[in-house]
Amino acid sequence: MFARYTAPAIAIAILATLVAVDGAAAQTVNQPPDTMAARVEACTPCHGNKGEGTSDVYFPRLAGKPAGYLYNQLLAFRSGRRKYPPMNYLLEFLPDPYLEAMAEYFASEHPPLPQPAPSEVSKDVLAQGELLATSGDAGRNIPACVSCHGPGLTGMQPGIPGLLGLRANYISAQLGGWRYGTRTAKSPDCMQLVAGHLTEADVTAVAAWLATRPAPANPAPVPKGTYALPFGCGSQPN
Amino acid sequence: MGSKLSITLLSIQLLALAAFTTAAAAQDKDKTGDIIARGEYLARAGDCTACHTAPEGRLFAGGRAMPTPFGTLYTSNVTPDPETGIGKWSADDFYKTMHNGRFPDGGLLYPAMPFASYTKVTRADSDAIFAYLRSIAPVNQKNKPHELRFPYDNRQLILGWRTLFFSEGEFKPDPKKSAEWNRGAYLVEGLGHCGMCHSPINALGGTSQSDAFKGGLIPMQNWYAPSLTSNREAGLGDWSIKDITDLLQTGVSMRGVVYGPMAEVVHNSLQYLNDEDTRAMAVYLKGIAEPSPPPAASSALSTTESSLLISLGKTVYDKNCASCHGTQGEGKPPHWPPLANNQSIEMQSAVNPIRMVLNGGYPPGTKGNPMPYGMPPFAGLLSDNEVAAVVSYIRTAWGNRGTPVSAREANELRSAPLN
Repeated sequence: MFARYTAPAIAIAILATLVAVDGAAAQTVNQPPDTMAARVEACTPCHGNKGEGTSDVYFPRLAGKPAGYLYNQLLAFRSGRRKYPPMNYLLEFLPDPYLEAMAEYFASEHPPLPQPAPSEVSKDVLAQGELLATSGDAGRNIPACVSCHGPGLTGMQPGIPGLLGLRANYISAQLGGWRYGTRTAKSPDCMQLVAGHLTEADVTAVAAWLATRPAPANPAPVPKGTYALPFGCGSQPN
Repeated sequence: MGSKLSITLLSIQLLALAAFTTAAAAQDKDKTGDIIARGEYLARAGDCTACHTAPEGRLFAGGRAMPTPFGTLYTSNVTPDPETGIGKWSADDFYKTMHNGRFPDGGLLYPAMPFASYTKVTRADSDAIFAYLRSIAPVNQKNKPHELRFPYDNRQLILGWRTLFFSEGEFKPDPKKSAEWNRGAYLVEGLGHCGMCHSPINALGGTSQSDAFKGGLIPMQNWYAPSLTSNREAGLGDWSIKDITDLLQTGVSMRGVVYGPMAEVVHNSLQYLNDEDTRAMAVYLKGIAEPSPPPAASSALSTTESSLLISLGKTVYDKNCASCHGTQGEGKPPHWPPLANNQSIEMQSAVNPIRMVLNGGYPPGTKGNPMPYGMPPFAGLLSDNEVAAVVSYIRTAWGNRGTPVSAREANELRSAPLN
C-alpha cells in the first residue's frame, strides 16, 4: 500500500523536476549568456575581447587598469567631459552601478602585456623620454611619471592607471589632449598641470619611451597608499 | 469654582483646537507632499529633467545645448531661484507658459520647448508640476543666451510659426473610447510630446496636425523616428500589449529594442511611469496603428547591383552578426533583438539599421533591465560596401520586405552626429 503510493509520488516528483530543469534549460538556451563578457561585447571591436587592445594604435588597453580609474573614465565619457563621440554615444544611458561593473570586469582581466614594438624615434629622443619619465625636470616643474604612476609604471589603486601596454600614438594623443584642455578631470586636475609644462618634443619623447617598456614580472597596480603622491590629484583622493 | 471650571473647559477647548489644527496642518502637509510627488511623477512623464538639466549640471538649472537647424538654443533654469529661475512665478504664470507658450511678460517661447504638446496638459497637472519645481533646491545660474543665426534670432518669427502649427487647448477625451485609451492619448499627445519626433518636421520646423505621428527624420540627429500610425514602421497594431509595455518600461522587448533618441526617452522618462499609465499608453498606441499599403519599392539600385550586394551581405552577416542575431535573424530576444520581421529593419528609411551597424549601441539601463547587452560598432571593421551589403541583406532576408541600400547611403551616415 505504502509502496504503491510512494512509487507514483516519486515518479511525479521526478517528472516535475525534469520539466523544471527542461524549462530552465530552454530559457538559458534562448538567452545570451548571463555574463559580463557577453554584456561588454560592444567594447571589444576597439578594445579587444579581454580589453587587451587591438591593432588600432589609438585604442587603449583596458585590461588590468585599476577599476577606479576605468570607472572615472566611463563616467567622464558618459557626461561628455571626456570627448570621443563613439564612446559618449555608447555610454549615454547606462547607470552608475553598471559602469562600475564594467570597470571591475576589465580591471580583473589579465591578458599578457604585448611585446613592445620597436621605436621609430632616435636613441637621443628615447634617452630624453627616459629622463623625463624617471626623473622629471624640476627646473620646469615637471614631475617624473614614476612619481605617480609607480616605479614599475603599473599604476596605483584605485585611480592611477598603469602606463604599460599602450602605444606611443595613444599616449601622445592623450598628453596632447591634456595640454590643449580637451581632456580634463576632476579638480585638482593633476595631469593637466603636468602636461601644461611639456613641450611637443617632450610629449614625443615620453610617449616613445613608455611604449618601449617591457612587461614587469608583476603588472598589477600597487595597493592604495603604497607611496605618497608629490601633489594633490582629484582622481586619487587621499 | 465657576471660573476654575470655565478655565478648565477653556483649556480643554484650546487643547482640542490645538490638536485639531495640528491634525489639519499635518493633513495639509500630506496633501502638499502628495501634490509634489505627483508633480515629480508628471515632470518625469513630460521628460522635463532631460532638457532642463545640463550634463554634470545641477538639477533643473538649465544650460543644456539644444542644436536645431536654426542655431543652438540653451534650456532655461526652472529652479525656484528668484533671480535666475522661476522663483517669482505664480502657478498661473506657469500654466500660461505650458499652455500657451508665452512667458509671464508675454514673450514668446521657442517651440523647442514642446508647448504645442504641453498645451493639452490639465490645469491640475500643471499646478502639480509647478508645486514640484517649487520644492527643489534653487540654483542661482543665469540662462545662457541662445545662439541663433539671422534671421531666426528674431523672436517675432515665432508668431508666424504659431499661426501655422500651434493650436492651443487642453486634451479633450473621446467619449467613444475607454478611459484607459483616453489616459494613454493624454500622456502620448500631451506630456509625452511623442509627436515632436514621430511626426514629419517641415523646413519651417513645424508639424501639421494631419501628419501627426506619421514619422520623420529627426533634424540634427539624423535618426529616423518611425511612424506610430503605420504598422509598416513603428505602428504597434500587431504587437501584444505586454511587448509594448516591456519596450516602454524596460527598453527591450520580444519584438525589438530601443536605441538612440528613443533610448533617452525610456531612460529619462518612460521607465518611471507606473504600470497603469504604461498600459494606457500601450492601449492607445496599439489603437492608432493601422495596416498601410507597402510603399512603392524605391531602391535606387539596379537588380544586378542589388543581388551582388545581398549575396556579399549574407557572407558579412554569417561572419559578424549571426552569432547573436541567429542565422535566420531570430535573435535571442529580448536582449539580442530579432531582425526577421523587425519593423525598424524593414521600414522605408534605412537610416536606423545603417547607424546601428556603424555605431552599435546600448539600450538604456533601466530599473527593469539595469545591465543591458550592447551591440558592437562595426564602423572600423566594415567598408561602406560591406555595411551597405549587410544592411541590404537583413532588409530583404527571411521574408523581410525592405529595399537594398547603397554604399553611398552607408558612407553618408559615417559622419552623422552621434550624440
